[in-house]
Amino acid sequence: MHLVQSLEQEQTKTGLPDFRPGDTVRVHFKVTESGRERIQVFEGTVIRRRGGGLGETFTVRRVSYGVGVERTFPLHSPKIERLEVVRRGRVRRARLYYLRKLRGKAARIQDRR
Amino acid sequence: MAKSILGRKVGMTQIFTDTGVVIPVTVIKAGPCVVVAKKTPQRDGYSAIQLGFEEAKEFRVNKPLKGHFARAGVKPLRVLREVRVEDPDAYEIGQQIKADIFQPGERVDVVGTSKGRGFAGGIKRHGFHRGPMAHGSKYHRRPGALAAKGPARVFKGRKLPGHYGTERVTALNLEVVRVDPEKDLLAVKGSLPGPRGGLVLIKNSVKAIKKG
Repeated sequence: MHLVQSLEQEQTKTGLPDFRPGDTVRVHFKVTESGRERIQVFEGTVIRRRGGGLGETFTVRRVSYGVGVERTFPLHSPKIERLEVVRRGRVRRARLYYLRKLRGKAARIQDRR
Repeated sequence: MAKSILGRKVGMTQIFTDTGVVIPVTVIKAGPCVVVAKKTPQRDGYSAIQLGFEEAKEFRVNKPLKGHFARAGVKPLRVLREVRVEDPDAYEIGQQIKADIFQPGERVDVVGTSKGRGFAGGIKRHGFHRGPMAHGSKYHRRPGALAAKGPARVFKGRKLPGHYGTERVTALNLEVVRVDPEKDLLAVKGSLPGPRGGLVLIKNSVKAIKKG
């Protein structure tokens, strides 16, 4: 499979911040609306990272106006302009789907040092 | 002009376009191929070229084949395949064919041998429906009735369980997404028949030619 990886390498991003499920991130994502490109910021908790290599994706969850919103981004997408880690959280599992059932105080995540 | 090259399926991955759209691609190690022989209408009754692919170990090649390669003045090769071309004289014996005969954006057909599935039932082989698995049903994956009482016989061509797979399959009209002549790599959009490491033949798409 090394040949596939050599092709993938061209598009793999380097210098991505190290982040895990439980962390709060800010994703600067390019969106094209009516021919114009602008940058949209999506901030929330990482609830999942899946896949490897060029196909890796991560899912960010936030609650906006009382509605839970989840967006899954391809980690190496050229549409991601910038990726910042805002807070590091301490969690005990890799997939934080349990957050979907919780709201308010219960959905808080402890800080990781 | 008809272009063909032999290769091996390497595996699948994805490629981002400049606009960030993900394209699923299959990576093929294509060529380098060598023209080993030519078939001409005068001598053989049809026109084609014989392509060779992948060097063979000396002791794996028998004497008649060694003579065949010596005549072309090329090293012994593991795979020999004929491809039809309109004009075999456009090729030289010993000429190398590399992945750069294709450009990104071109449409190709890829011929391969599908994965063998052994003796497969009607559901896998022909897409039959299954019976209920529960509620007391004992009728799960059987083929059902084979024919009617009227003719009192089974018509020829009745779809039944049997050997499935390991057959020649052509994936039509695939887009070439990436060409890397240095590494002999081609990336085409979509999936290809056969296992990873399987031999494939890549050629201009018959559909693209008709439209062209």
